[in-house]
Amino acid sequence: MKPFSYERPATTAEAIEAAARPGARVIAGGTNLLDLMKLGIEAPAHVVDINRIGLDRIEDTPEGGLRIGALVRNADLAADMRVRRHYPVLTRALVSGASGQLRNKATVAGNLMQRTRCPYFYNTDMPCNKRRPGSGCSAIGGLTHNLAVLGTSEACIATNPSDMCVALRALDAGVEVEGTGSAKRTIPMAEFHRLPGDTPHIETALQPGELITAVVLPAPLGGTQVYRKVRDRASYAFANVSLALVAHREAGAVVVDRLAFGGLALKPWRVEAGERGPRDADAIADIVLAGAKPTPDNAYKLPLARRVLAAALEQVE
Amino acid sequence: MIGQGINRTDGPVKVTGRARYSYERQEGGRALYGQIVGAGIARGRIARIDTTAAERVPGVRLVWTYRNAPEQGPPEGPEGDMMGRARPELVSDRIDYYGMPVAFLVADSFETARHAAQLVQVEYETEPGRYQLAAPADAAGWKGEVRIGDVDAALASASATVDQLYSTPHHFSQPMEPNACLADWRDGHLTLFLTAQMLNQLIVGLAETLKLDRSHITIDSAYVGGGFGSKIVLHAEAVLASLATMHLHQPVKVMFSRRQIFTLVGHRPASISRVRLGASADGRLVAVGHDAAIHTTPSEIWDEAISSVGLALYATPNLLTRQQHQVLDLKAAEPVRGPGELAGLMVFESAVDELAEQLGVDPVEFRIQNDTDYDPEKKRPLSGRRLVDCLREGAERFGWSERPRTATRREGRWMIGYGVASSMRGHFQTSADALVRIEPDGTVLVRSDMTDIGTGTYTIVAQVVAEALGVPMSVVRVELANSDHPKGNGAGGSWGAANTTVSVDRACSTLLERIRAVAGTTWNDIFAEVRRHFPDGLEAIGRQLDASREPAYKCYSQYTYGASFAEVGVDIDTGEVRLRRMLGVFAAGRILNRKTARSQLIGGMISGVGAALHEDAAVDPRFGHWVNGDFAEYLIPTHADIPAIDAIMLDDYDEAANHLGVKGIGELGAGGTGGSVANAVYNATGVRVRDFPITLAKLLPYLPTRG
Repeated sequence: MKPFSYERPATTAEAIEAAARPGARVIAGGTNLLDLMKLGIEAPAHVVDINRIGLDRIEDTPEGGLRIGALVRNADLAADMRVRRHYPVLTRALVSGASGQLRNKATVAGNLMQRTRCPYFYNTDMPCNKRRPGSGCSAIGGLTHNLAVLGTSEACIATNPSDMCVALRALDAGVEVEGTGSAKRTIPMAEFHRLPGDTPHIETALQPGELITAVVLPAPLGGTQVYRKVRDRASYAFANVSLALVAHREAGAVVVDRLAFGGLALKPWRVEAGERGPRDADAIADIVLAGAKPTPDNAYKLPLARRVLAAALEQVE
Repeated sequence: MIGQGINRTDGPVKVTGRARYSYERQEGGRALYGQIVGAGIARGRIARIDTTAAERVPGVRLVWTYRNAPEQGPPEGPEGDMMGRARPELVSDRIDYYGMPVAFLVADSFETARHAAQLVQVEYETEPGRYQLAAPADAAGWKGEVRIGDVDAALASASATVDQLYSTPHHFSQPMEPNACLADWRDGHLTLFLTAQMLNQLIVGLAETLKLDRSHITIDSAYVGGGFGSKIVLHAEAVLASLATMHLHQPVKVMFSRRQIFTLVGHRPASISRVRLGASADGRLVAVGHDAAIHTTPSEIWDEAISSVGLALYATPNLLTRQQHQVLDLKAAEPVRGPGELAGLMVFESAVDELAEQLGVDPVEFRIQNDTDYDPEKKRPLSGRRLVDCLREGAERFGWSERPRTATRREGRWMIGYGVASSMRGHFQTSADALVRIEPDGTVLVRSDMTDIGTGTYTIVAQVVAEALGVPMSVVRVELANSDHPKGNGAGGSWGAANTTVSVDRACSTLLERIRAVAGTTWNDIFAEVRRHFPDGLEAIGRQLDASREPAYKCYSQYTYGASFAEVGVDIDTGEVRLRRMLGVFAAGRILNRKTARSQLIGGMISGVGAALHEDAAVDPRFGHWVNGDFAEYLIPTHADIPAIDAIMLDDYDEAANHLGVKGIGELGAGGTGGSVANAVYNATGVRVRDFPITLAKLLPYLPTRG
């Protein structure tokens, strides 16, 4: 691990200023960044520890939703009674991720910023356009069992590993960020994570100098909320496919309010055109999964996504 | 005393952190820290290596590459002995496998060493390599052939036949404690605090490598956090830490990172088997054929015995088992928990299940009606053959009669199935000495170079001594795992417990004879007699002979036996397989401690579950590197994957094995467990996956849609 300087600011403003220094990286729970630093994938010159700046509350918003501080731990968020009652899809997504120990440390903002688990990204002996732009993608043509089938490019076929983000995407959450000079803006979840294109090293819409301060949930949707995570073992594994579904029944027929898949792409995969119509699972899947480019190793994800969707729709009350 | 489920005597020091593992040892004072830099390619040569930046880091004490590493014993050819061979590191610019050490650094702190290691710049000339195993074929030649009768002819006239290819992937041992070493050279003597399983063998290769006489080396492995085969062979941490301390005259520590364990420790080689079985209409096996392909390497051969697992499992008049070696450019394979059986029985017992299904015979009954008591290869009877007892006892306790017909039982989204498989593992006896000393102060000292790799050796040795001498366990002091102690063959291959306890018991018998000679046949206090007649204490060495020198081993083939029963659920929507319950029943001779034995058997069973459903070390066919070389991607069962499972040990005593009737259990728990899981998946779904592990991606295309 490369030596680095370390600083622990006391306020958000100080943190933003510190994080703007060249080569700076922000650390919160550290459950992803520390691993990457040990492997030499991340090599910050300066580490800004934001664990003392607050931002650890969950507050009601005037619009009837919730404002979740950037440093709220995943375990605390999942256990919050307001979240459990009104946003059960988020609680279910959170508790299906990682392990109890990791969820106790990991934060909301850190979860948003976590990087892909593509095994070729994790191996510094292999070319990777995320690690070294222009070096090539060694995953393409390699072992791609759990890599992306949608939104891929010639430069990258990585997936986003987060469960939380899939639920946040389905809930139309907003990511509040603050930059130098107290400039604030809200990035919709739909725009927060970027598809790889020819710049897979640019992973989010966060601009240099911006710090995530909160995630805002709109007013509750109600309905049946499902988070179904399919994985190769019962715990502590990334999703082959996951599904966040919010739906209700009208005159007996299922109406899909929100639908997002995880495990398929470099961002939570949601195609709004597949929602709101009283369609069957296959018709919805045809829309949502259109344009998929699977490899022989991960082609199973497409029928799997269809089956998971069909099963989830049957759960809707 | 023997057999009781007594808590581990080393439990308190382990759970309170007072038991120091190799990397935590502090002997010799402040240690320096070593880091290994591994090759970024799998085959080729180092074109350029630049260590200048690393050498400039303050605190770096030494940077070695092939250009300046100390001279070591020369490497041997592929046929060289696994334990006795020199294993020199940093000897040339050649790269033979991915991750092979190309540089070694020592620094004042772990952090400095790791930082400097990342500054070593290496450029390679990559050469194409061979990384993928092919199915066995006549053209590639055969080894270890056992041929009885005519399998081809028997298959041609059989009523039911199976002829299928099965494949198993590479597996890694991956114990909790990484390979680690503290080496300390002083006054011409090298002391290694090394996490190791078999000291007396490992020291031979180490002495050859370092060009030292073995009398100048001591290995201490007081506590070992799991071995599973990965701490048998000499590895780079011991070689490089030793060379460094001899060079710097300060203690040097080296530990592999979890990722390095995937590159610097050998794996179980992948296998592809062609299994051919034939049965008559009345359900008798008439032919057993097992051809297996595994890989070896240009530098070394580890012959994972896949094809021979079915040799004496069932009766058959026609038998052909043989193995094929294909050379791949990977690191040489090594023993990994349940070598041979874990993968081989999983495959073989899947094929047996397929045959029983074809015949319409219950798979438990099929196994029972093909029972045997004869080893056709060695042409002698099997001692302690109790496979049928295991099957019957297990079927009864498991509720096997409730087994559903194939793909018929549903509970909500779960398709439910039961599976069974047999287990069988050779019992090996090797030479072993142990010292037992009755001290005048009222304690008993035991010394052996046997290791306790987490299995409970400290405890069972104390139990045997307490029973033999009639003293409380609390006065028995067991000192293991020091290479200066009387020598045996350590912990590995399931032989450690029997070898060690038999030699310890014999030492106790000698002591009792000598006391009787002077004190008569009865006494109230053995220590009082010793004080009276042997004021300096009394000691004896007990000896276990190698099997080749034991008459019983010429009359019988010795194995341990087991039967595994599994219930799985397969999610009809996703193909996810989840174990619901599992029972193993074992006949393994006399059990020394029912608690530690049960734990070990359950651990083996979990290993079998992992092989059936999870473990899959993947090599990139283009680059030859381990793609999923960490615990996030190399899946082993988590707690959530293992529901309540149980292991039952039949009351047993194998007098052909030794006078204590003890055999080994280390590998037996895994045995055919994977096969029972695979067969349960078939019973649940009607889908037979022959390419392990059985994953949802492989099942999914064949699953029905929800209805």
